[in-house]
Parts: sequence; structure tokens; C-alpha cells
Amino acid sequence: MLLLLLGIIFLHLAALVLLFVSTIVSVWTTGESTTSDLWINCTTSGCSPASTGEWIQSVQAVMILSIIFSCLSLFLFFCQLFTLQKGGRFFLTGTFQILASLFVMSGAIIYTVMSPEWVPEGNSFGYSYILAWVAFPLALISGLIYVILRKRE
Amino acid sequence: MLTFLALTSVALLGIVPEQSQAIAIYTGWERHALVGSDIRLSCSFFSWRWTSEDVTFSWTYRPDGSRDSISIFHYTGGAAYVDNKGPFRDRLEFVGNPGRRDGSILLKNLELNDNGTFTCDAKNPPDIVGRPSSVRLLVFEKVPIQAGVITGAIIGVVLGLLVLIVVIYYLMRFLVARRVFSLSVSKHGKKKKEGSQQRQGPVPPADPSKIKV
Repeated sequence: MLLLLLGIIFLHLAALVLLFVSTIVSVWTTGESTTSDLWINCTTSGCSPASTGEWIQSVQAVMILSIIFSCLSLFLFFCQLFTLQKGGRFFLTGTFQILASLFVMSGAIIYTVMSPEWVPEGNSFGYSYILAWVAFPLALISGLIYVILRKRE
Repeated sequence: MLTFLALTSVALLGIVPEQSQAIAIYTGWERHALVGSDIRLSCSFFSWRWTSEDVTFSWTYRPDGSRDSISIFHYTGGAAYVDNKGPFRDRLEFVGNPGRRDGSILLKNLELNDNGTFTCDAKNPPDIVGRPSSVRLLVFEKVPIQAGVITGAIIGVVLGLLVLIVVIYYLMRFLVARRVFSLSVSKHGKKKKEGSQQRQGPVPPADPSKIKV
């Protein structure tokens, strides 16, 4: 029982950490001498803030929202752990976690679709982009587990 | 006491060596404008000397990407001379007040090619040692969206919806609970009244035969 609990919390925290790293470090595309990212564009000569287009701002907003929702769901999990009756399901926690995963998915999709617009040819996607795509199924699975899980004892 | 202070300050001003009396020129740092609009580039200076009659203002312009600057405005001897051959002919106007140390110019009907650096140099004889000050002009076709506005808007809307849903949920629960409570109170009250009436009915009258004497 305790093992199951620890496993679930570990999964949730892993998804959360991936989300944080993907949003903050922001190496979404890399080239030979440039990295073109969510917040800042860097070349070997210097860094400048990212373009103020509408789509990149929406990607920023969606990633931040997914972090907020995942944190909220962790907090709600601990609340519900102590206040739920026996046999109850962690619906609220699961809902928030699934919403967080949906936000990450939409952010990654928007970035993929729009990247030809603001990224020059020849640049490949960086590790933050891959982390975002990995965080999405992790968060989804974690949310589904919460919805199915029943509280015992 | 006050007169003493005034006299000492005047004496100090006179004693201050010539090198520290430099003229300080102030313009903006950067100006943004839309194509077709007018913009006022302000220039003023600070000098320890009184404003002399031979005060001069001159503005020079260096386009973005070019290394040469051309002179576009000069004020001297009480008369203003505006550009009549260069890129700003018929678009430049002097709106400053040299008596108040203001040497501002007005650029009309801006074009995209007007991006560049404008430098103002003022001289207030005998105070002529100073560093000219530059203001950068950026001309846009349409107003650009500032970074972070849309981000903040999306986050705010979603969080606001979340708070709204939570509030509505608790409100519904509260209302439903109150309605259920009031319903159960009225039912309970009715049952109580009926119950008490029933109990008074079947109470048997005292049997006189059973009363012992």
C-alpha cells in the first residue's frame, strides 16, 4: 500500500519536474550557433528576448498554466488523501492532472505547427521540446491513475 | 542667516574652477512612433552660466546602418535654420524656446526610412565644453504587442474561470443544502405536530372502577 502511494507520488513529481525543466530551461530548438527558445534567443554573439508574436506568447502561457495545474493537483492529492472517505476516488486530483497534460500537449502542438514561422531552416528541436512531449503522457497516465484509484483504510 | 548662506553660495559659484563648468545636455533615450505621425524630439541643457544671447542648438541625424551623420538643424544668433535639402526638408519645425534652454524640434509625417539616431548639441558661450546627447527614433508600421501581454491574458482568463467554477460549485452546494435543510425542518415540524396530536387522542380516560378507595 505504502509502495503504491510512493510510486504514484514519484510519477507525479517526475512529470512536474519535467514540466519545470521544459518551461524554464527552454532550449526548444538548437542550431550550430543559435538556440531559439520560448523566452530568449541566443546566438554566439549575444542573447535577445524572444519575438513578441501572439503564438509564442500563447505557448508560454499554456506551459505556465500546465505547471500551475500540476502543482495544484499535487496539493489537492495530499488534501484528499486525508479528507476523503473510504472507497472514494481522487476525481479532483485526476481532473487537474489531466488538464495539465492537455495544456502541455496543446503547447507542444502549437510550437510544432508554428515553428517554421519563427525558426530558421536547419535547426533541430532541442531537449526542452522533447521533455515537453515526454511530460505529456506521464502527466496523462498519472491523472488516469488518480481517477481509477480508490482510497482504502 | 539666509543672506549669509546666499552670499556664500554666490561666492562659491564664482570660485568654482572653469573645468567643472561643463554644459549638460538632455534628450530622451529612445522614441517610438507610428508611420505618418509627428514626433517632438526634446533637447534641453543645464549650464552654470546665465543663458547668453549667443546660445546655439544643432541637431544631426545618422540613419540606422550608416556611419555618416548629416546636420539637419541649427539655431544661432536668434535665428533657426532648418533642413531644406536633406531627408527632412519641409518636415522639420523648430518648436523650442532658446530663452528657456529648450531646443526641441518637431518631425512631421514620419517615414520608415527615418529610423536612426538624432544628436543634439547645445552651446552656451562661454560654457561650450559638453557632450552631445543622442536619442534613437524607431518608426513602426503598426503598434507592436508588448511581450507578455497575451501570456498574462491567457493565464488570467483560465485561472479566473477556475476560481469562478469553484465559487459557483460551493454556492450551489450551499443553496441546495439550505433548501434541503429548510424542507426537512418544515417536514419535521409537521410530523411533530401530527405526532403530538395522535398521542393525546388514544390516552384512555381514567377508569373509576380501578381507583381504590
